[in-house]
Amino acid sequence: MEAIIYELSRWAIPGIIFFILLYASLRGVKVYECFVKGAEEGFGLAVKIIPFLIAMMMAVSIFRHAGVISLLEKHCGCFFNLLHIPPDILPLAIMRPLSGGAALGITTELINTHGPDSYLGRLASTMQGSTDTTFFILAVYFGSVGIRKYRYSLGVGLWADVISFLASIYIVSRVF
Amino acid sequence: MINLIWLIMIIAGIVLAGIRGQPEVITESAFQAAQAAVKYSIELMGMMSLWLGLMKVAEEAGLIKTLARILRPFTKLLFPSLPPNHPALGSILMNFSANLLGLGNAATPFGLKAMQELQKINKNKDEASEAMCTFLAMNTSNITLLPATIIGIRLAAGSANPTEVIGTTLFATTIGFTAALITDGIMRRLHR
Repeated sequence: MEAIIYELSRWAIPGIIFFILLYASLRGVKVYECFVKGAEEGFGLAVKIIPFLIAMMMAVSIFRHAGVISLLEKHCGCFFNLLHIPPDILPLAIMRPLSGGAALGITTELINTHGPDSYLGRLASTMQGSTDTTFFILAVYFGSVGIRKYRYSLGVGLWADVISFLASIYIVSRVF
Repeated sequence: MINLIWLIMIIAGIVLAGIRGQPEVITESAFQAAQAAVKYSIELMGMMSLWLGLMKVAEEAGLIKTLARILRPFTKLLFPSLPPNHPALGSILMNFSANLLGLGNAATPFGLKAMQELQKINKNKDEASEAMCTFLAMNTSNITLLPATIIGIRLAAGSANPTEVIGTTLFATTIGFTAALITDGIMRRLHR
């Protein structure tokens, strides 16, 4: 099963490109001209998201480098202990929805410190793979079409992150 | 909500750095973040253009419409506000599949394409539509079959079984995905 998924992932991109281009040319599409026309849009779109990205990345960077997370870890640690959640995982849980790069850094550190096959290592691995960078995605996706009012989508995204986080703890402590 | 969270993150950071007597940390991280944001978008430009080019070819060939039609029964449930066979549905499916396989840099261009299509039929251009909220709820909690990055890290750290977290990740993402869609459905009704 794992081998199949791995092969699927390896061949996905070449397969998609091959299929799209072959299918389109068989249907008489002028593939080169069409590709160039579509690719033109990429430039504008990337520029359009810059203000949203700057706003989001600035807030995350300030929040992170000021040491807010280590403060939370110190003061909320005992609360997490009560729930049988290792406090070491707290920085990852907080950073995961905010910054993909920072979360990956924390995960790598946890894996290297505690070992990939330890409880914490497996939990960090599962959590890292389980949720996405909600703040970043909202900023980029809404930014690309100039939407500033997110309505309830941030709430839903963060709520789903909490659920995935709890599901990770549950399944890792049950399986391993 | 986003205004409040954004404000709190910045204010809390500055106050804490002030208490610690290290205000220069804030200056440096704010400036660096602004530069990193521009760098990211420049890097995205290449990937975006590549995938948007391919998407255009697929669209012209009628592939996107065909995809949307095949998935109609499924998407009718998730996106009741979208007209049948809307081109956004094809892009949404491509985005979902790319995320499923852990292909992050292909997922983003498909997703942004979907947002463009959704924005075309959005009545209030300033505000997220129902379909957009559902799409982003799906996207931020996407089911993951292959957490490629994390497997790489585990392999590098000398794990005896780097892929053993595939099952647990699939479980956690399925739960999260379901929760996101249910919550989105409830919120959609509450906000009408």
